[in-house]
Amino acid sequence: MDWQGQKLAEQLMQILLLAFAVVAFATGYISGSFQMMVLIYAVGVVLTTLVTVPNWPFFNRHPLKWLDPSEAEKHPKPQEAVSAKKKPAKK
Amino acid sequence: MHSLGFRVNALLTLGVTVLALMCVIASLSDNLSVPSPSANVQVLNFNWFQKQSEGNEEVSLTFKIAADLQSMFTWNTKQVFVFLAAEYETPKNSLNQVSLWDGIIPSKEHAKFLIHTTNKYRFVDQGSNLRGKEFNLTLHWHVMPKTGKMFADKIAMTGYRMPKEYR
Repeated sequence: MDWQGQKLAEQLMQILLLAFAVVAFATGYISGSFQMMVLIYAVGVVLTTLVTVPNWPFFNRHPLKWLDPSEAEKHPKPQEAVSAKKKPAKK
Repeated sequence: MHSLGFRVNALLTLGVTVLALMCVIASLSDNLSVPSPSANVQVLNFNWFQKQSEGNEEVSLTFKIAADLQSMFTWNTKQVFVFLAAEYETPKNSLNQVSLWDGIIPSKEHAKFLIHTTNKYRFVDQGSNLRGKEFNLTLHWHVMPKTGKMFADKIAMTGYRMPKEYR
């Protein structure tokens, strides 16, 4: 997953789980059935797993642009490790 | 979220935490309902009343318990454990409690009942203090939730008296 995809996955995971928890609790409380609450929540967990865990294509819409190897040779790394660059500098 | 294992871990942790929160709120929701139980016990007969060879008195009685504990049941109740205890005072002990009968109520439908039985457990005194003794019959119950803290309460019914002589 790329960075945007990871952020999306995390947000989706939190929102889906919380939403299912609220729906499950409301349904269970109103129908007076504890089992209903646990069942709906379990379905929610499975659904969230299917949506957020596998590496779906929509998580990879902002791929990282790695530097060309020939370009990288022209800019040798400094002697001491000063700062770890997360994204390569784009000119 | 950079790898599969990371995401599975995050999902499971958040999932379990949210589940725990739901259970806490479910347990707290029990306080919203106000229970109104009622019970009545009638002693039908003292079957026999003897002094054992060790010097302790034993009595056997037949009684009828009519109770309505339906309001104790909420969506979060697993079962209610109920028992009937005879309570009385002696010179040696300020409170004696002897359990005579118990039962488990698994659901709301079973919570309104009429039981006609002799005592399930033997009623033996520590000594021989029972002749003509006044005693209470107290119905205790323990409400066991599906999630949360168990709580117990009781109704005391007074005015019962042992026979004056052995029979």
